[in-house]
Amino acid sequence: MSNRAALAVVTSRLRVEEKLIFAALEARGAAFERVDDAALQLEAGHASESPWPVVWNRSLSFGRTLYATQILEQQGALCVNSAHVVGTCGDKAATSLAFAASGVPTPRTLVAFTVESALEACETLGYPCVLKPVVGSWGRLVARLDSTSAAEAVLEDRAVLGSWQHSVFYLQEYVEKPGRDARVFVVGDECIAAIWRHSEHWITNTARGGRVEAARTDGPLGEMAVRAARAVGGGILAVDLIEAADGLQVLEVNHSGEFRNSIAPTGVDIPGAMADWVLGRVAERVAQEVFA
Amino acid sequence: MTSISKPAALCPVCEASIDAPADSITGEILACADCGAELEITSLAPLTLEEAPDVAEDWGE
Ligand SMILES: Nc1ncnc2c1ncn2[C@@H]1O[C@H](COP(=O)(O)OP(=O)(O)O)[C@@H](O)[C@H]1O
Ligand SMILES: [Mg+2]
Ligand SMILES: [Zn+2]
Repeated sequence: MSNRAALAVVTSRLRVEEKLIFAALEARGAAFERVDDAALQLEAGHASESPWPVVWNRSLSFGRTLYATQILEQQGALCVNSAHVVGTCGDKAATSLAFAASGVPTPRTLVAFTVESALEACETLGYPCVLKPVVGSWGRLVARLDSTSAAEAVLEDRAVLGSWQHSVFYLQEYVEKPGRDARVFVVGDECIAAIWRHSEHWITNTARGGRVEAARTDGPLGEMAVRAARAVGGGILAVDLIEAADGLQVLEVNHSGEFRNSIAPTGVDIPGAMADWVLGRVAERVAQEVFA
Repeated sequence: MTSISKPAALCPVCEASIDAPADSITGEILACADCGAELEITSLAPLTLEEAPDVAEDWGE
């Protein structure tokens, strides 16, 4: 190994979260290299060694993260999160399959590829139903379809958006929720913090505002979030859950979750807990290399 | 991170003078108080600002 740091933190645009992560690593005296994914050049199909034994990816870009992680893993790096986890979390259809495979409850979901078949899928689900981009976040382009005519308009609109992913129609049963849903942070096998997101709007992403309140981590919420995190492969994850009439359902798992609004209400040092876990992986890796 | 004194830079959109906070780091986004443009700090010494790229479709958490 060169004299490079054992840990790289890969970012693109820096959010508050990344600054807090850098501060947490610095407070722990950890040596790490900050890597901008805009400057990465990675050689594929070549048995070169990753410059860093451990790579913590905090980029905003799903595409960059997916490919960088695949290559760095093949070069021997331990990536947080792994390429498999990133590929599963970054694609809502892949996430649904992972939930189904592990028996994690989630709203009924249909996938269709044309406007006509998607309209039939809406009839099957019943109105209202929810349309989401398979790749997307922050509640962006998540739409509630209240009627056939609304569905027609929205589906037609998506179909002309350009990218092929927008013609993969991911349609979901609409779950009536009690004015709130949950965001739960899982680190390794542990639920470290949880919040309720209250909102007048049915889309409750904190990126869109709304009130945040601490939730219990030790009950069913924490257990369900840990199950969902395991289902997608585990790591440092942020799980979105909803309370349906018959119990909790998991909507999605985020691989680069935002937590700035969850620290104050929960009193949990979320970036600190994440940094401790990653540094634990670094210590393991370095020990393996020394004794290999 | 590097903490060199950071003289003001000009907003590339409206040419307003912008001071970066003392704890700024490259890659961070600032909003221009005058025109509201989202600006990315591309270097700290000298302070250099560029219009931040629009949110790409695959961006998120
Ligand atoms: N099936 C659903 N029923 C009711 N509300 C939903 C449903 N799916 C999503 N939502 C609301 O929309 C928000 C965004 O959906 P989510 O699946 O988390 O996608 P994103 O990746 O955009 O955050 C959720 O936090 C929730 O408030
Ligand atoms: Mg979400
Ligand atoms: Zn300006």
